[in-house]
Amino acid sequence: MNRREFTQAMLAASAAIPFGITRAAGQTRGGTLNTIIQPEPPLLVTAFNQQQPTLTLGGKIYESLLKYSADLKPMPGMAQSWEISPDGLTYTFKLFPNITFHDGKPMTSEDVVFSCMKVLTETHPRARQNFARVASAEAPDPLTVVFKLKQPFAPFLGCFDCTSAPILPKHIYEGTDFRKNPLNDKAIGTGPFKLKEWVRGSHVHLVRHEGYYLKNQPYLDEIIYRIIPDSASRALALENGTVQLVQWTDVEFFDVQRFRAQKNLEVTTKGYEYFAPHQWLEMNNRIAPMNDKRFRQAVMHLIDRDALAKRVYFGNAKVATGPISSKTKFYDGKVKRYEFSVDKAKALLDEMGLKPDANGKRAEIKYVVPPYGESYQRAGEFFRQSFARVGIDLVLVGTDMAGWAEKVGNWDYEMTQNLLYQLGDPALGVSRTYVSSNIKKGILFSNTEGYSNPEVDKLFDEAAVTLDEAKRQELYSKVQQILVEDVPVAWTLELEYPVIYDKAFKNIVSTGIGSHETFGSVYKS
Amino acid sequence: MIRPGSAATVGLMALSRIAQLVAVILVIATFNFVLVRAAPGDPAQVMAGQSGASDPKLLDDLRKEYGLDKPYAVQLASYLGRVITLDLGYSYRQRRAVVDLILERLPATLLLTVTAFCLALLIGTTLGALAGLAAGSVLDTVFTVLSLVLYATPVFWLGLMLVLVFSVTLGWLPPFGYETINVKLSPLERVLDIAQHMIMPVTSLAAIYLAIYARLMRSSIIEVAQQDFIKTARAKGLSGPSIVLGHMLRNALVPVVTVAGMQAGALVGGAVVIETVFAWPGLGRLTFDALLQRDYPVLLGIFLILSIVVIVLNLLTDLIYKLIDPRMTTGAA
Repeated sequence: MNRREFTQAMLAASAAIPFGITRAAGQTRGGTLNTIIQPEPPLLVTAFNQQQPTLTLGGKIYESLLKYSADLKPMPGMAQSWEISPDGLTYTFKLFPNITFHDGKPMTSEDVVFSCMKVLTETHPRARQNFARVASAEAPDPLTVVFKLKQPFAPFLGCFDCTSAPILPKHIYEGTDFRKNPLNDKAIGTGPFKLKEWVRGSHVHLVRHEGYYLKNQPYLDEIIYRIIPDSASRALALENGTVQLVQWTDVEFFDVQRFRAQKNLEVTTKGYEYFAPHQWLEMNNRIAPMNDKRFRQAVMHLIDRDALAKRVYFGNAKVATGPISSKTKFYDGKVKRYEFSVDKAKALLDEMGLKPDANGKRAEIKYVVPPYGESYQRAGEFFRQSFARVGIDLVLVGTDMAGWAEKVGNWDYEMTQNLLYQLGDPALGVSRTYVSSNIKKGILFSNTEGYSNPEVDKLFDEAAVTLDEAKRQELYSKVQQILVEDVPVAWTLELEYPVIYDKAFKNIVSTGIGSHETFGSVYKS
Repeated sequence: MIRPGSAATVGLMALSRIAQLVAVILVIATFNFVLVRAAPGDPAQVMAGQSGASDPKLLDDLRKEYGLDKPYAVQLASYLGRVITLDLGYSYRQRRAVVDLILERLPATLLLTVTAFCLALLIGTTLGALAGLAAGSVLDTVFTVLSLVLYATPVFWLGLMLVLVFSVTLGWLPPFGYETINVKLSPLERVLDIAQHMIMPVTSLAAIYLAIYARLMRSSIIEVAQQDFIKTARAKGLSGPSIVLGHMLRNALVPVVTVAGMQAGALVGGAVVIETVFAWPGLGRLTFDALLQRDYPVLLGIFLILSIVVIVLNLLTDLIYKLIDPRMTTGAA
């Protein structure tokens, strides 16, 4: 561009401003995004409830210090910069200036210290484990926060996304019973959108937070989350344009392909990198025959996981190779592979002495079907057929959410399916399933299968406090090899949930947490 | 001394009725409590589990907060104590008073169910009476087949098909919701908007009941038409319409009223399905969600209110019997 063209472009840009067109690098201000929230969250304060819908919606209202890119690198959130001391014990965050809460009061480092050390350690189980590692947190000036750790914790910088460390206003919560604070209904955060109205059973209406600290953001005027409980109706709402965005399990996997063909819609599986939903067939390691490693290895052989991904999840999944997702840090694909082979499964079962009787039946095992939608039911049926090939009767047991949670949490099951988020780092989201210190009866999403291996415990513990990335990789590679040999659970798939949205909306997926993000940079073209 | 028929007697009777009612409600409340707790599952586990993380502290905190750590009998006694003082408690999950939650959702459900009930009753009995009076005719056959089809159609399927035809294909009606969100409307426009949103859910919910009342009314009319008193009325030279309106309808309605009275409570069951399909923000969905979450206070609150509604409806049914069939007053029927 020469100087004349540049001058012309500047004149054109300045002429546009009086006509109310505010643009920053192509972003247009204005517009409404209609989307879905399901099931309806019980409340919107993400510090007190971490169900997925609460996090999706609350992510627009509450922010934290950092964001994470698709390759899980930290990016500025409310902190514009950060420093780590060479010993890995001191983390210093510098906040952006002029951040305000939705009630107009300024957000300072005092609010960060109060939220992390007083509120979240009381109300947020994940954050409690992270901030228990902090020896002291200080606010030397309004824009500086300093965390001093008791001992190095490698993924500490990964603990500050808006779902793990939402910042709450100290002036509202200090000295109150946090969970019963009457202002919880107002959901006052610092996010780009604030709560205007919540008609229970119908919709949640968010509007622009005018005092937002990032220039021109948010671009959208408002976001409306509609509560549509039936999945067929949700798919219909997307199809006819009533909503312009669906995420997570808003539409069933079998509907996704149909939307790929709809020209005005964009379908992506990006934006779940931080969560990396990892699924497995869980076997109670305390009970025979699941207490025999050879049985568990046989299970890995007898499930055609490619077919499972194609037929049950309609291609919205990738075969898992071990405990760590390929999207998570320190994944190592160079591990033992269990190819689909009924013969190998039979040989292993024969070797352990689980031979077929006169009717060809080797065993009968109860499988508790998780009550989280049609895909789980179909997967259960798929497993039943797979096990039948080697003479094992898998008896599917139906239950509801409460029943499933009670059975699995209290180890009162033989087999089930489970799914956990990996949260960007094995020390945050993977080790909890395998370390023996986390075998806790009554606690869901702990080491419920009851696997125990002192070497695995040692490797996970060491990797969590090691700062050198290459050394960590070495430790995690080793732990992956051991676990894939031991098969504490039979890893099946890395699920790839879709984000489906109207192409008119830009920046819907801009980080590794996708639709949980603040949406400050989302605009309508 | 208290004389029969005096104001004091009436007062005593009223008091005894009220005492009976309170006793019945307490028995129902106890049954509800035992039934709800008999289902496996722990609300603290469900809530902690859905958060994708749980630890002993969270579970202990939740159980303590909800009083679930106390002995079963103590929980029951404290619940019944609250019922007597009309305190329905506090929702575990939504952290709000149960009364507020129910009152917030009740209008939408009442609008849906009462409209569906009235339409089903009115249209069903009219069609049934017409079919019964013309028994054996083409009209009768058409009505009978139609009511059989409606009776056999699953409520959720009918709902989805209506959406497919009238929303997706024709684009005439809004596919779901109670009203249009985020637009400014005058009061009249709002009423019309809600009415438009009601058409498909009400039709879906009313269909099966309409079929039941139509079939019942048809057979009842045919039966009454063969009674001696109808022959007597004809012999007296009464006109056709006055026989039908004054004698047949009144008698034929008795079984319909009985069934309608019993089924008014069951309408809420249908509302659970319809409210889910049409994203209708009512009590049915609140019940369903509370059941999945084991949100005991909400469930118990809804069950209690519904039980009271059923008791009141039974009383009303008794009163209507007496209106349409005076013999019932003396117990001579």
